[in-house]
Amino acid sequence: MKAINTVSFNTRTAFQRETEFISVTVAGQLLGLPIGRVHDVFVVSEMTKVPLAQAEIAGLLNLRGRVVTAVSLRSRLGLQEDHRTGRRMAVGLECQGEAYGLLVDEVGDVLKLNPAEMQPNPVHMDRRWVSLSQGVHQLQGVLMIVLDVDAVLAFEAEREAA
Amino acid sequence: MDDLLLEFLTETNEHLETVDVEMVRFEQDPNNQAILSNIFRLVHTIKGTCGFLGLPRLEALAHAAETLMGRFRDGMPVTTPAVSLILTTLDRIKEILGELERHGVEPQGTDDDLIAALDRMSSAESPEPVPAAPGVKSQSVGTLVHQVLERELKPGEVSLDELERAFQQAPGPEPENTSGTLVYQVLERALKPGEVSLDELERAFREAPGPDPVISVKQPQASPVALAAAPRNVPKKEAESSDQAEGSESAAGKVQTIRVNVDTLEHLMTMVSELVLTRNQLLEIARRNSEDHGYKVPLQRLSQVTAELQDGVMKTRMQPIGSAWQKLPRVVRDLSNELSKQIELIMQGADTELDRQVLEVIKDPLTHMVRNSADHGIESPAERRAAGKPEKGVIRLNAYHEGGSITIEISDDGKGLNYAAIRKKAAERGIVSEAELERMSDAQVGKFIFHPGFSTAAAVTSVSGRGVGMDVVKTNIELIGGTVDIRSEQGRGTTFTIKIPLTLAIVAALIVSSKDQRFAIPQVAVSELVRVSPSSEHSIERINGTPILRLRERLLPIVPLSKVMRLSDEEEVNTGFVVVTQVAQQRFGILVDGVFHTEEIVVKPMSSKLRHIQLFSGNTILGDGAVVLIVDPNGLARMVGSGGQSDELQSDTSLEKAIVTADELTSLLVFRGGGDSLKAVPLSLVTRLEEIDASTIEWASGRPVVQYRGRLMPIVSCDGDLEIKAHGMQSLLVFSDGQVSMGLAVAEIVDIVEDKLDVELLAERSDLVGSAVVRGRTTEIVNVAHYLPLVLETWSRSSQERKQGNTLLLVDGSNFFRDMLVPVLKASGYRVQTAANAQDAARILSQGVQPDFIVADLELPGHSSFAFIATLRADSQYRSIPIIGMTLKPDPQMIALARRFKITDVVSKVDRRGLLSALAELGGSLEEAA
Repeated sequence: MKAINTVSFNTRTAFQRETEFISVTVAGQLLGLPIGRVHDVFVVSEMTKVPLAQAEIAGLLNLRGRVVTAVSLRSRLGLQEDHRTGRRMAVGLECQGEAYGLLVDEVGDVLKLNPAEMQPNPVHMDRRWVSLSQGVHQLQGVLMIVLDVDAVLAFEAEREAA
Repeated sequence: MDDLLLEFLTETNEHLETVDVEMVRFEQDPNNQAILSNIFRLVHTIKGTCGFLGLPRLEALAHAAETLMGRFRDGMPVTTPAVSLILTTLDRIKEILGELERHGVEPQGTDDDLIAALDRMSSAESPEPVPAAPGVKSQSVGTLVHQVLERELKPGEVSLDELERAFQQAPGPEPENTSGTLVYQVLERALKPGEVSLDELERAFREAPGPDPVISVKQPQASPVALAAAPRNVPKKEAESSDQAEGSESAAGKVQTIRVNVDTLEHLMTMVSELVLTRNQLLEIARRNSEDHGYKVPLQRLSQVTAELQDGVMKTRMQPIGSAWQKLPRVVRDLSNELSKQIELIMQGADTELDRQVLEVIKDPLTHMVRNSADHGIESPAERRAAGKPEKGVIRLNAYHEGGSITIEISDDGKGLNYAAIRKKAAERGIVSEAELERMSDAQVGKFIFHPGFSTAAAVTSVSGRGVGMDVVKTNIELIGGTVDIRSEQGRGTTFTIKIPLTLAIVAALIVSSKDQRFAIPQVAVSELVRVSPSSEHSIERINGTPILRLRERLLPIVPLSKVMRLSDEEEVNTGFVVVTQVAQQRFGILVDGVFHTEEIVVKPMSSKLRHIQLFSGNTILGDGAVVLIVDPNGLARMVGSGGQSDELQSDTSLEKAIVTADELTSLLVFRGGGDSLKAVPLSLVTRLEEIDASTIEWASGRPVVQYRGRLMPIVSCDGDLEIKAHGMQSLLVFSDGQVSMGLAVAEIVDIVEDKLDVELLAERSDLVGSAVVRGRTTEIVNVAHYLPLVLETWSRSSQERKQGNTLLLVDGSNFFRDMLVPVLKASGYRVQTAANAQDAARILSQGVQPDFIVADLELPGHSSFAFIATLRADSQYRSIPIIGMTLKPDPQMIALARRFKITDVVSKVDRRGLLSALAELGGSLEEAA
């Protein structure tokens, strides 16, 4: 739970039209989180599991004296949990006054992209993915899915509706 | 909104609260001028400020109300409609203030209706002028100035206004003299004993016979109150006036308070919480490093300062509970009018302080409960008269500190709970079956009122009877870790007892572990810790897989934490620690793997995503930085209650019954034999429950035996229909006595229940004592003695060898116990005579029977057992005969009583072995003596 290597982002004076994303990888897929929603990125060292919690919640973390709920992005995307031991990265987010840590496989660079270039989700994309995605950016050689942070953290309501 | 307006709103709201309370007091005590003046002053202040801020609606209302109150001051009789009207006006003012707070402007609308009513009331009829003071009215209007002493009057003192009035009414010099010089003087602090207020000084100065005889004032004669009290004050003033004259000291001693925004305090609290956490972390590091780099002393100091700071900040959050009660006098007053009942509200311990967060939560439940007491509890005056009670009902609120929690009692002297109606309603609503209901005690039935939507009120009134409420009350209180209890006596009244923690922010918790994960259990719920292992004194037993711990003769349901948390699938956990937990009436044990230490933890709320999990009340960060979940004992208790099992016998009430020990309850082990019918045997007779591999059963001369604890134990089937298994697992009830044991083979062990045992005897079958209704089902009570001769020639032989057939007289009122004990005693080689009561016993003795011992139930009806024993002891023939007294629960009182009657020994009725060993001991001494 101690957060090492905390990266803080100096939002360099960007071009007005461009949006900045933090790129993360989950199971080889590149995903982007709007930088405005990301508080920090940290390495997860110790996590307290919450018995009886829904599968999406990986546990609780201590981030500088604050209790943060760790949400597994893999589980949100309907992917198998990765049980490799090794360092786990988390992206610190905030939603309705509460702190969350989104567990990802890796954190990549900050990308500056033009929102106009974002393309809608492919029609045949997995429904679960569609509900979490705002659109797709074509980068050189790879596609980056732009995540809807609120949708990613809105899993409880979803379950109740089901 | 500008600051001035904000200030005004806060202040006015506070004033209105006070006026509400004072108004009700005033109605009861209309002659108390001090109260009236206080109200008058407050309303006047409101009016004045409204005018200043340009709030015409409020000003007009306040003015009209003030006018009416002015009339009261002038002696107009105080009537209920008039007070109601003023209270309504206050409500309207509050409404307008509410709007003002939301929108920053006075709402549109007119108050002509109220103002007109107020004006009508004030001008209705000119009161008869007070005969003692003709012309007072005209004088007061011009000259009365508000004088307020900012503290409660001490006995013997008179209020300034009374003095003023007395002064005014006294036939004195020209009124002009007075009116010109009186000034509004307020001392901004409480007076010390022996000091006098500025006004009194001023007065004394003027009243003193001065050089000019014209302005000297005679002692007033008009007001008896003033007359009695004033002379005592006056001389004192004169004595001290010289050094106090300047009042310069008072400025220095002024109590200073400032208003602080609640958010600021909350923030402070959060920061302190963080500080406590960091301190804990530092201490943890210090603990781990044995080497002292010179930081340990400062760290200790830091720790101390932090603790003090925490205390201090907690104090700022403390508020007297009285502030939550402030609305209640008004509520009760309105209700008593509405319901035409006479109700007095007595409040005690209003200065008991508790955390404001807690206070907020209990405010509404308290109001609701008081309303309930007024509506349901207190009867109408006619009913009360008929019941021989004073017409005026009393609702009593009492708050006090107790341990780490606060207890609030709300009691009324009304009619009490109507248990019959509650039972009926509970059955109607299908909460429990009628059969179950029948066996429930009144106390259990009383708890139904906390069920959602439960109301027994015949008619729905505007006050209550809609059945919303008590469940909400309970939920609210449980939410903050509190408990509600109800105690009621038919015709005498009902008392609700609420226990709540002092604060929610920081609690002491026990850190435990289960499967490598740590949890915190709030210390308040923990009553003891018991170490369990299969080989130790305390071991976990299982009934149909449900773990149970026998703890001091009581059965404790065990909840393995790893199981409820689904941390492991392992069913059979037998080692670890049992955290004995008490939640309201429910007691259960939490089985954990390890127990660490207790720690002051800062409770952090659960994430909204996890709040649905009943088992946790929050989380915290421990000294070593780990996040730990806080177990909610209430949630666990609910889980224990509902059990999550289909077994109907494990219902909430059955568990509750098993936990609450009642003297008249007997623990029964319920099992099944060959047929479908349930059988039971008193648990006290059973030594052990075993499950053995059927393949280990051997047959010796056609009889099944098993090697058990290094000996051969005969096995007998509990009924003819049940065959002892040849393979698989065979459940056995083991009965043993000293060296010999017997295994009773049963098909299945069903449950352990505690129930009142009302046995209908069956004469025709020797294997059964009879049948009884246990948990609503007919159950055969097995006669263990029947089986003993079947298998245990050895048993009787071995015991008969030891004893030479001493005769024994057993006196016991209960058929069941007689039937249970006789075979046991016989099997131990005694010749037994029985008597059901003292008369029987006397008759048997008079027939010339000479028993060697008498075993007597000490709880024979009507205390006849002691009388019987006393007569025996008085007779030289029986003076030294050993008497063993049996009681359900040997308590010191009983033992002392027994000693007075020279009863040789006292044993518990259910302790068969104790009885036998007491007899054996006596037998030994008898032989020696012989």
